[in-house]
Amino acid sequence: MSLEQLTYLFVVGSFFIYITIAIWSRASSTREFYVAGGGVTPLANGMATAADWMSAASFISLAGIISFAGYDASGYIMGWTGGYVLLALLLAPYLRKFGKFTVPDFVGDRYYSKVARVVAVICVMFISFTYIAGQMRGTGIVFSRFLQVEIDTGVMIGMAVVFVYAVLGGMKGITYTQVAQYCVMIFAFTVPALFLTFSMTGHVLPQTGLGATLANGETVLGHLDGLVSELGFSSFTEGSKSSIDMFFITASLMFGTAGLPHVIVRFFTVPRVRDARISAAWALVFIALLYSSIPAVAAFGRINLIETVNGVDNQGTRYEEMPQWFKKWENAGLIAWYDHNADGRTQYAAGDAFTGRQHKPIYWGAADDTVARNFYYNQRHVVNPSDGSFDPQVQPFANEIYVDPDIMVLANPEIAELPDWVIALIAAGAMAAALSTAAGLLLVIATAVSHDLLKKTFRPQVSDGQELMAARLAAMVAVVIAGYVGMHPPDYVAAVVALAFGLACASFFPVIIMGIFYQRMNKYGAISGMLVGLLSTLGYIVYFKFFGGEPEDWLLGISPEGFGAMGMVLNFIVAYLVAHLTPQPPKHIQQMVQDIRVPRNSGSAYY
Amino acid sequence: MRQNSEAAALQYWRRNLQIIFTYLVIWFVVSFGCGIVFVDQLNQINLFGFKLGYWFANQGSILVFCILTIAYAVRMNRLDNEFDVHE
Repeated sequence: MSLEQLTYLFVVGSFFIYITIAIWSRASSTREFYVAGGGVTPLANGMATAADWMSAASFISLAGIISFAGYDASGYIMGWTGGYVLLALLLAPYLRKFGKFTVPDFVGDRYYSKVARVVAVICVMFISFTYIAGQMRGTGIVFSRFLQVEIDTGVMIGMAVVFVYAVLGGMKGITYTQVAQYCVMIFAFTVPALFLTFSMTGHVLPQTGLGATLANGETVLGHLDGLVSELGFSSFTEGSKSSIDMFFITASLMFGTAGLPHVIVRFFTVPRVRDARISAAWALVFIALLYSSIPAVAAFGRINLIETVNGVDNQGTRYEEMPQWFKKWENAGLIAWYDHNADGRTQYAAGDAFTGRQHKPIYWGAADDTVARNFYYNQRHVVNPSDGSFDPQVQPFANEIYVDPDIMVLANPEIAELPDWVIALIAAGAMAAALSTAAGLLLVIATAVSHDLLKKTFRPQVSDGQELMAARLAAMVAVVIAGYVGMHPPDYVAAVVALAFGLACASFFPVIIMGIFYQRMNKYGAISGMLVGLLSTLGYIVYFKFFGGEPEDWLLGISPEGFGAMGMVLNFIVAYLVAHLTPQPPKHIQQMVQDIRVPRNSGSAYY
Repeated sequence: MRQNSEAAALQYWRRNLQIIFTYLVIWFVVSFGCGIVFVDQLNQINLFGFKLGYWFANQGSILVFCILTIAYAVRMNRLDNEFDVHE
């Protein structure tokens, strides 16, 4: 079978499994739709949480980012796993004991205020829509690269699949499909990683292979450090960011992870408090299985890339001798070459090969346009080369290559010359990653509308059946909006993701923590804290991302990605001060806080 | 009786907070300490082909996080039984 047929087989086969599961486990009440009836086992919930959490970004982009940024990107690794320690210790057990359906539920009830609930709903909507647009786009990209359909068609197919199982199955449906999706993802990521490690180092596990010694007596990382510093890059294992910036970025990602609504709600689905604790531990273990092999995949990918492009003698490789994958990704618009020194060889070093916005190449003509090819070497013609200047003190030649970080995971199996079925597997895995996260987010949006806005705020008299119908309708509308945004992505998506984490970190995390651990916290403190955290973070990020603020003006050298942690600190301070100037929360709320802290009696929602 | 159970609940909560505090100290030291603040000093040490600071930031912290959450689940579930507050 050809690669394309295999990919179709894997992707369509996995869709069939997801939809079958969804039909088998469809929801018939709001409780099943919102929290899967509260009867999910800790192991299954752990897997579902891992799939829910690991998005197209984790699966496709993270290894690429680390590949090019090295140590500087370790904030993602620590942040996106360390957040689960906070979830497991500080949030999951108590929210399970609280035993309701949504995060705004907790905020609204604990702070006895509809205003607090509505502010929470706004945060939920913002965070979730930001995220989901990226997922739909991810589905479209996987379709277009592996199955040669248009991105928009790909987005629509993705929408249709998510639509069927999220709208029909609710939380119950998506939980069990996410279990299947986790299995697909981990298999699809690990198999190529094992192959790659084995072929490069002779080790079986990527985690130990990263520390392996190569045939020439150097360690993998030592070799890579040597390679990149010869080419004028900063060292792979040492950072170029300031410690304080790293600190804040990591903190924002960590506390943001713990404050993301679609992750938090997963802990409402297990039967007991002890299950919530166990399930948080399982979730982290399942995430760690994938995350801990990412640095190895990243390092091997970078070594392979450098050695392929620059050749064994480090003089560059003649373009006509470049392997097929290089030309294939060039045709996909994710690799470009401009021959600055006109020697017919590709050379990769520090610096930007192209000018303009984000230094991305602008191609002249379409990939299949034979006339739009370079006359001498037949590469794709690019119209915005940089001036090709470089400092001979630090590097041997100018950089001539553009590589999109996203191709690291997708192209790795081809670079390592793995069999076709492994490449097809990657496509199915990337799809599973995008769909599982999209479904989890959709559900959070639908629930916020039907439960928090309709039932709890505006029309308390609706019946269970009407509420369920409203939830399904809201999910439908959300799918359509997400799909539209996925087809017409605003080009600031990456910047907006930083915003989503910053907001989760600066708004939700403190409010929930104080709700559990600080009985004296009242609604005035909570609302003012949330608003201060929200507005300060929003203002900082918008100013520096969209209104041209310069890095020299960063407060204490903290980049916008890291400001969420600062917003969180402001939130805590303001909430504490305001709470002390205003009356105590009512007796029954204080009693509720006492109850949340003790596991017994958490059978169902009873407040 | 009621006073007893209130005292027990308070005691249970204190023990819980102690455990959380201890674990969070480890969590902080491993990630923000070894992985960020003291990374340059630790990078002077080489173990099994890794610079130690880099290893903590990219591998070691994940491992310790997993151990922490598992240990917390086991520990707290046992504490629940001890104080007879389990479900």
